[in-house]
Amino acid sequence: MTSVLQAHELGRRYGKRWALRECTIDIPAGHVVGLVGPNGAGKTTLLKLASGQLEPTAGGITVLGGRPAGGPEQLAKIGFVAQDTPVYAGLTVSDHLRLGARLNPRWDAAMARERIARLGLPLTHRAGRLSGGQRAQLALTLGLAKRPELLILDEPVASLDPLARREFLQHLMEATVEHEFSVVLSSHLVSDLERTCDFLIVLADSRVQVAGEVDKLLATHHRLTGPRRDPDRLPADQHVVSARHTDRQSTFVIRTDGPIHDPAWTVTQLSLEDLVLAHMDQRTAENRRAALEVRR
Amino acid sequence: MIWLTWRQLRGSAAMMAALLVLLAVVLAVTGPDLASRYAAGIAACTQDDTCGRFYDRFFSGHEFSFMALSLVVLVLPALVGLFWGAPLITRELEAGTHLLVWNQSVTRRRWLAVKLALPGLVAVAAAGLCGLAVTWWSGPLDKSASENLALMAPLVFGARHRPDGVRRLRLRPRRDQGMVVRHTLPAMALTLAVFAAVQLAMPLLVRPHLMPAVTSTFELGQANMEGIGINQDRGGVVEIHLRSAVPGHGGAWVLSGSLVDPAGRTLGDGAEVTVPISTTSGPCAPSGSPVMDACAAEINRLGYRQKATYQPLERFWPFQWIETGIYAFLTLGLTWLSFWWIRRRLS
Repeated sequence: MTSVLQAHELGRRYGKRWALRECTIDIPAGHVVGLVGPNGAGKTTLLKLASGQLEPTAGGITVLGGRPAGGPEQLAKIGFVAQDTPVYAGLTVSDHLRLGARLNPRWDAAMARERIARLGLPLTHRAGRLSGGQRAQLALTLGLAKRPELLILDEPVASLDPLARREFLQHLMEATVEHEFSVVLSSHLVSDLERTCDFLIVLADSRVQVAGEVDKLLATHHRLTGPRRDPDRLPADQHVVSARHTDRQSTFVIRTDGPIHDPAWTVTQLSLEDLVLAHMDQRTAENRRAALEVRR
Repeated sequence: MIWLTWRQLRGSAAMMAALLVLLAVVLAVTGPDLASRYAAGIAACTQDDTCGRFYDRFFSGHEFSFMALSLVVLVLPALVGLFWGAPLITRELEAGTHLLVWNQSVTRRRWLAVKLALPGLVAVAAAGLCGLAVTWWSGPLDKSASENLALMAPLVFGARHRPDGVRRLRLRPRRDQGMVVRHTLPAMALTLAVFAAVQLAMPLLVRPHLMPAVTSTFELGQANMEGIGINQDRGGVVEIHLRSAVPGHGGAWVLSGSLVDPAGRTLGDGAEVTVPISTTSGPCAPSGSPVMDACAAEINRLGYRQKATYQPLERFWPFQWIETGIYAFLTLGLTWLSFWWIRRRLS
């Protein structure tokens, strides 16, 4: 299967601060990719690097086999809906459709009109007078009717209420089924992504913590609960994601490809949200472990 | 891209067009009348040789509208820069719409090129038309203007001619600041500051040195003497009040003028210059006004001269072209900078 996005040791620095570093990922085509992480983890930076709005400080990135924003053809292949879904407040809805038609060679006018009609957006309204949800739908329509091979959405639902949020994601899903393109979608809420994504990237602390297909991630992550034990005494193939200890009990989230044989553990499945939180929590967990060792 | 830029511009362009039409109508209605009155006045004054007085009367009669129009032509580019240039890119950055447009299938380079070129051309056309109309209207006034408001004078120089390219400068940096500053209001403030600085620096610091100024000495006469008199308060000395004008070079831009004695020493410049000459006997002894001409003749005979540094009127067009060149060069540099900036810095 071909890749839509390949990054190797990708990094971007703003002044002295690294917004993203040592990012190596390979996203295969045909997925809806969720990019999740706390605020300021580098999600927007990664997406802007992918769409060519930023140049990398270190490493390299290839999107759909080309350099991001390398030319009009490359731009035509990638759709991007920016954070807070900006639209021109002074232009009407139909102006926006004309804008799309004029600026994109592969513009699907019929699809755009059909979507706008289905959403019930009045063509003569200025975009500034639309509600947040309608604006987001308009921006999504622009992104979809461009007929990209990869559509990137940066926190598209962050400012929407739960209903508009669900509706937006639903429309997105329908479009991916209909037109077969890849999607990369960022959010700081796992619940947004849970229903829609089949591939997940967890970013925290400017680094990629984990990336992979959701099913596979869920199958390889386990929560182990049992008598208190030092993490170093776990089998070598069990990578500790997070660890919590009480006086008598230890709870680990581990990642392993192999089965778990130790009968001392109660093994439970993780929800996607727990999995993401465990990875986001990883750094703090490591610090806590260091503290535990000092105390003994 | 052109469609989008035009769509964004068309409101303010229509406003600008309306204002220009209004100005043009006012000028077209009053212009022929002004010209015919000027022609009639000249015809009348050449017969009895009172054209000097006619000029003064004619000019002072229209001084207000003359100044107002000059100001309009000077300020128009500032307003265009303020309301078109500064928000052109900052508004996109503020609203985040640059992210929308940059992710259509148009390169940023092309976006910027169209964004700079189209409003630039419209603004240059508007400013050029405005300049031409005002130049046409005030033709009679330019001919009768006194030395302070002659073509070469800083205020008028900037408000005349240049139907072509100079004004692009005025718009261009606005956008470049726009990209650097990123917020509309600060960009507008900066625009105003830079505009004021350029408008002051050009005539005061740069223009006098565009070509080496001519320094020469002249006999004292009507053309360069505001007045000559005997100041009794200071013990009866002859005082000469110089004009900023030189004889034989009407319309010249006098940068500095002073009175020098026969040995070439400067006696003083500007307002009242005391001439060390006897007022107790000879032509300058006080005994009535006609004698003052004789006194001036005596001062000339003794070798006192006006020494003036000036730019003659013939240099009006060379100066306009040189300044156009400077502005064009600045514009090119700033345009290059903005393309570099959009590639390297913005996101």
